[in-house]
Amino acid sequence: MKLNDLTSRAGEWLRGNGPMSEVVISSRIRLARNVAGHNFLSRCSRAQRNSLETKIRTALLAETDQFAKGLFYVDLADAPEIDRQLLVERHLISKPHATAEGARGVAVGEEESVSVMVNEEDHLRIQVLKSGLQLEEAWEQINQIDDVLESQLDFAFHPRFGYLTACPTNVGTGIRVSVMLHLPALKLTGEIEKVFRAAKDMKLAVRGLYGEGTEATGDFYQISNQTTLGKVEEDIIQDFKHVVIPKIIDYEHHARRTLLNERLTALDDKVHRAYGVLRAARMITSEEVLLMLSHLRMGVNLGRLQGIEIRTINEMLLMSQPAHLQKLMGKKLEGDARRAARADFIRKKLGVA
Amino acid sequence: MKCENCNNPATVHLTEIKAGKKIEKHLCESCAAALEGIGNAKGHTPINELLTNFVMAQSGGALKEQTSTCETCGITWAEFRQSGVLGCANDYRTFEKELAPLIQRAHEGATHHVGKVPTRRGSTTLAPKRRVDTDKLKKDLQRAIEAEDYERAAKLRDQIRTAENA
Repeated sequence: MKLNDLTSRAGEWLRGNGPMSEVVISSRIRLARNVAGHNFLSRCSRAQRNSLETKIRTALLAETDQFAKGLFYVDLADAPEIDRQLLVERHLISKPHATAEGARGVAVGEEESVSVMVNEEDHLRIQVLKSGLQLEEAWEQINQIDDVLESQLDFAFHPRFGYLTACPTNVGTGIRVSVMLHLPALKLTGEIEKVFRAAKDMKLAVRGLYGEGTEATGDFYQISNQTTLGKVEEDIIQDFKHVVIPKIIDYEHHARRTLLNERLTALDDKVHRAYGVLRAARMITSEEVLLMLSHLRMGVNLGRLQGIEIRTINEMLLMSQPAHLQKLMGKKLEGDARRAARADFIRKKLGVA
Repeated sequence: MKCENCNNPATVHLTEIKAGKKIEKHLCESCAAALEGIGNAKGHTPINELLTNFVMAQSGGALKEQTSTCETCGITWAEFRQSGVLGCANDYRTFEKELAPLIQRAHEGATHHVGKVPTRRGSTTLAPKRRVDTDKLKKDLQRAIEAEDYERAAKLRDQIRTAENA
C-alpha cells in the first residue's frame, strides 16, 4: 500500500452508507497519548525527537496484524508538500502536523479508518474514523488499538490527572469525540445559530470541515467534546449518541420538513441551481464546489433530484480538493488552470462532456 | 405553533412532569426567558478564553510559583503560562498546586480522572479503581425520561442501583 494508491479511491468513511448518513457524515474518536520517560515535544531536542519517532514507529509496525490491516507508515519529515496536503484532505493528519518540522509521521490502516499521528502535539494521536453515526464501534476499535500499543509503550499516566498530555485541556481520558454533520436545512431556515448556542451550553465545540481553526464551509460542521477529565469515555460517547447528536438530527429533519412543506420552490431552486452550476461551470473554486455539493446532497437526500448517488457526491467532495486534483492530473496546477481542471472533473463525474 | 403567552411563533417547547402529570408548554424565546429562565442565557466562555483569563490574572502578581522550575524538562511556570503547553509528564507533579485550579476550570469543575487506566505490565503503581459517577447517571436518567426513552431509562436505573449497592 502506497500513498499514491489513496488518490484513486475514497476512504471507508466517505462511502456514505453509515447509520444516519443523511445527516451524519462521519464519526471520529481520537486519543492523545505520551510515552513515559520522554519530554513532551516542545521540550525535545532534535535527537530526542528522532529517537521518539523511531521508538513509536517500531512499536506501531510491530503490532500491525493486531490492530490495523494493511498498515503503512508515512515519514512526514521526508514527504513532499503535496502528499502531506493529501493526507490533510483525507482527514488522516491535522494541518499543523502537515506543516510542522522535524521527525514525525503517520501510520494509516484499515482502509484509512485508523490513523496514528506520531510526534504531533502529543507523542501519539490515535484516530478512528467511521462513516455515519458509529461512535460505539469507533470506541471499541480505538480502545483495542490503545491496549495493543500499551503493551509496547509505557504511557505517561498520573493517578489523579489520568493520561498526561502536553496541553492540560486534553488531560484525563485524552479523548476527543467528533461527529461531522451536514446541516443545510438549518442553515437555510436560519436556525443554525441555535445549534451553536446549545452546543456551547453543553461545553461542546463547533468547528469546520478540517477541525480546529477552520471555517464551516458548505454547511458541514464538526461537533466535539472539550471536557476530557472527570468523565468516563463511555459516558462521553453515550451522551453524544443518545442526547447531543439525536437532538441535532431532529432539528435538521424538522427544518428539512419545513422546507419541503412550506418552501418547496425555494428549496428546488437551490438544489437545481447547484446542479446547474456543477454541470455547466468551466472554472470553479473548491469553496464553491463545497457549497454546491452541499445543496446537491440535500436535494438527493430529500428526493428532489434523482440519479445521483451520495457516494458520487462524497467522491467529488474529496477529489476536487487541491492536492487530490493535482495528484489525479499528475501535475502541479495553480490558479485558473486548477479551477478549470476541477470544473472538468466535476462535469465528467456528473456525466456531462 | 404560537407562543402561549404572546402571539409570536413558539420556538421553545417544554415538557414537565409534575405529580405524574405531563405538562407541555410552548413559548417564544423571549417569553421562555422571562417566564422559565430558559434560552437567552449567556453561553459558556470558551476554554481558551478561560485559560487566557486565568493566566492573565495570575501573571500580574509576584507569586513565588513563578520561579519554580521542573527538574526534568527545565520549564518554568511562567514559561508554561506563556505557551500553554507543558514540557513533560513530570510538570503535572511539579506544578500540581498551580495546575489543579486551571484544570478544574477547563473541565467543568472536574478534579480527578475517571475512566480508562493503563494496565501496565510489570508496573507497581496501583491504579485507581474506575468510579461510577451516579450523579451523572441520575442526570442521564432524568434526560431519558424527558425524552421518553424508557428503554434507556430502565437501563440507567439498573446501573444506578448496581453502583449504589456496590
